[in-house]
Amino acid sequence: MNDAIARTEILARIRSANAKPKTMSAVDDWKALPRQYRQQSTRDLASCISLLEDRLRDYGAGVHRSARGQVSAGIAAILRQRNSRQVLVPAEIDRRWLPQQFAFVTDTDLSHGELDACDGVLTGCSVAIAMTGTLGLCHADGLAPEQRAGRRALTLVPDYHLCVVESSSVVETVPQAFEALEPYKGQPVTFISGPSATADIEMTRIQGVHGPRVLDVLIVD
Amino acid sequence: MAAPNSAADFPSAALPLLRNVQLRDNVRHATDVIQRKRSRVVGEMPDWEMLRDSAQRIREHTMEYLADYLEQFEQNCTAAGGQVHWARNAEEANRIVIKLAQNATASVIKIKSMTTEEIGLNRALEAAGIQPVETDLAELIVQQSHDRPSHIVVPALHINRHQVRDLFARTMNLTQLTDRAEDLTEAARAYLRQKFLQTPVAISGANFLVAETGGVCIVESEGNGRMCLTLPRTLIAIAGIDKVVPRFRDLEVMLQILPRSATGERMNPYNSIWTGVHPGDGPQEFHIVLLDNRRTEILRDADARETLHCIRCGACQNACPVYLQTGGHAYNSVYAGPIGAILTPQLALMREGQSLPYASSLCGACYEVCPVKINIPEVLIHLRGRIVQQQPQLQRTFGLEAIAMRFAQWLFLSEARLRLAQWIGRMAQKLFIGNSGWIEKLPGMLGGWTRTRDLRPMPPQSFRAWFEKRSESSTVRNQGKYE
Ligand code: SF4
Repeated sequence: MNDAIARTEILARIRSANAKPKTMSAVDDWKALPRQYRQQSTRDLASCISLLEDRLRDYGAGVHRSARGQVSAGIAAILRQRNSRQVLVPAEIDRRWLPQQFAFVTDTDLSHGELDACDGVLTGCSVAIAMTGTLGLCHADGLAPEQRAGRRALTLVPDYHLCVVESSSVVETVPQAFEALEPYKGQPVTFISGPSATADIEMTRIQGVHGPRVLDVLIVD
Repeated sequence: MAAPNSAADFPSAALPLLRNVQLRDNVRHATDVIQRKRSRVVGEMPDWEMLRDSAQRIREHTMEYLADYLEQFEQNCTAAGGQVHWARNAEEANRIVIKLAQNATASVIKIKSMTTEEIGLNRALEAAGIQPVETDLAELIVQQSHDRPSHIVVPALHINRHQVRDLFARTMNLTQLTDRAEDLTEAARAYLRQKFLQTPVAISGANFLVAETGGVCIVESEGNGRMCLTLPRTLIAIAGIDKVVPRFRDLEVMLQILPRSATGERMNPYNSIWTGVHPGDGPQEFHIVLLDNRRTEILRDADARETLHCIRCGACQNACPVYLQTGGHAYNSVYAGPIGAILTPQLALMREGQSLPYASSLCGACYEVCPVKINIPEVLIHLRGRIVQQQPQLQRTFGLEAIAMRFAQWLFLSEARLRLAQWIGRMAQKLFIGNSGWIEKLPGMLGGWTRTRDLRPMPPQSFRAWFEKRSESSTVRNQGKYE
């Protein structure tokens, strides 16, 4: 097959360009790479959370706080304010979160059209990065229900996303988030920083293109 | 110094663009905005230089062990249900993609990708009867106006909103459309929505490939990328072999430096990482085409291989005083600006784009901002050397430039000859100094220099003459001016 010939040739060309003998194995050389940049946090949790709030607002996301045990009331208040009625949830969601008065649509392999018919989606969050205002969404089996975000289409097709972030999932730096996701690195991960946006026309930032146009974050202490 | 001729060399291509005031305004505005945002978010990172150091070493290390990492990537991606293809050049890559798409669909949705631009995929698809639909807003604008991208990160920065309005009104049949950016964006959203939900095949590039997991990472803003890589049944990604990083963890460096350098954001709205096929989540058929297209040739050149470290952030374009004046189209290439000046000729085996390494003042602004610390000025000089080396022996010995250089060498070797030459120069320049006090136009071959710049006249007294006078009398000591 053509592919196989191309493969052999490309690899051979690389190896001949790299013919100079190596002093170290790839693994040892990788381990010796400099990593002087900041990895660990220098703040306590409370100041991480206020930094996260600040960064999220900067992106134009709505930020709300709730005490543990008040999550479902918090969700109800936000959904009412957003006038969202048909709200999608992943099958694994923590059912205690869901307020009584609303009809939630559980994702049971819904079609794209069915997803598109929903007003919004409610999910958990695997890890939140304060420094950059980023929500890391993953859906691996090992994650607790409140850290799961459903398959990727759920948080993409509906026009509104309400994301619940447990304070225990908040980290300060990007490297800390990668450390937290390390056990799930083979699973799909989506990092979300604010609602979708474009600056393609005359560099004017427009919020909301194809992904959800409105993002609310509920931080649970 | 004149570069050897090529089809449309940089100076001739730049000239009409320099007269296009609208274009220059747009380019200046866009690069100004990004530059300002970039310096703000880079400035707030106390460890920025350490991130750059790590990024540079990660890229260098990857290139040294590239074959191993590609094999690792292939193995892990295949184990996760992906199918890996290899293409030596653009034709092979296009053929693979067309074969995969042909029986499945009449049209494909596309994520913005410089690599697919590089191989001319859209043209090849159209020729095979498959309609490619660009889904990035700027790429959609460029595609619909049959134009070319002019910037790596903001490909349509040369088109303003009135022009976009006229375009969309025509192509999307929206006669009532206004020219507010919000309305234009909304129009694109509505236009593409059904295409996202229904098109069975998507084509993407890739920002990073992770050898350790077989994963692929795509960085974007609008969500069109996520649509393409989540909703269709089949996803085909095309990536240069240079896109690989060793481990998942290395992304913690790349995803910090890329958005801050590219768009001046702390983080871009969406980063997606996936690995092969995930049952019940996203496309159930995933292909990736690993493209060489002369990259192994670049790897062979020890002094230029760092070109392959580029992560396509576009920061060097925004910082470049030459790019700022001409915009991207003068480079006559998919890759413009400083990175284009070093990458384009190498991708063409130094047979095309030979004027591009000369399209630089070597000021070093590109090196300063490059998040992976590519020493672009050094590579430029190295490539200029290669261009001279590949001139025919005859031209290298008897060409006008070669003779002029040898004459200059002979002049500079003797003090008396240099003095004489300076005296002649001072006399002769009187004929050419304009009202502005500058030399604006020189005759003959020297006119090549003054075509695009004014020249300061030689001062009435040389430093040497001043110095000699100065040591004769100590009173001039503190008036150290040559006038
Ligand atoms: S050369 Fe450096 S600054 Fe220019 S696009 Fe590549 S990574 Fe960015």
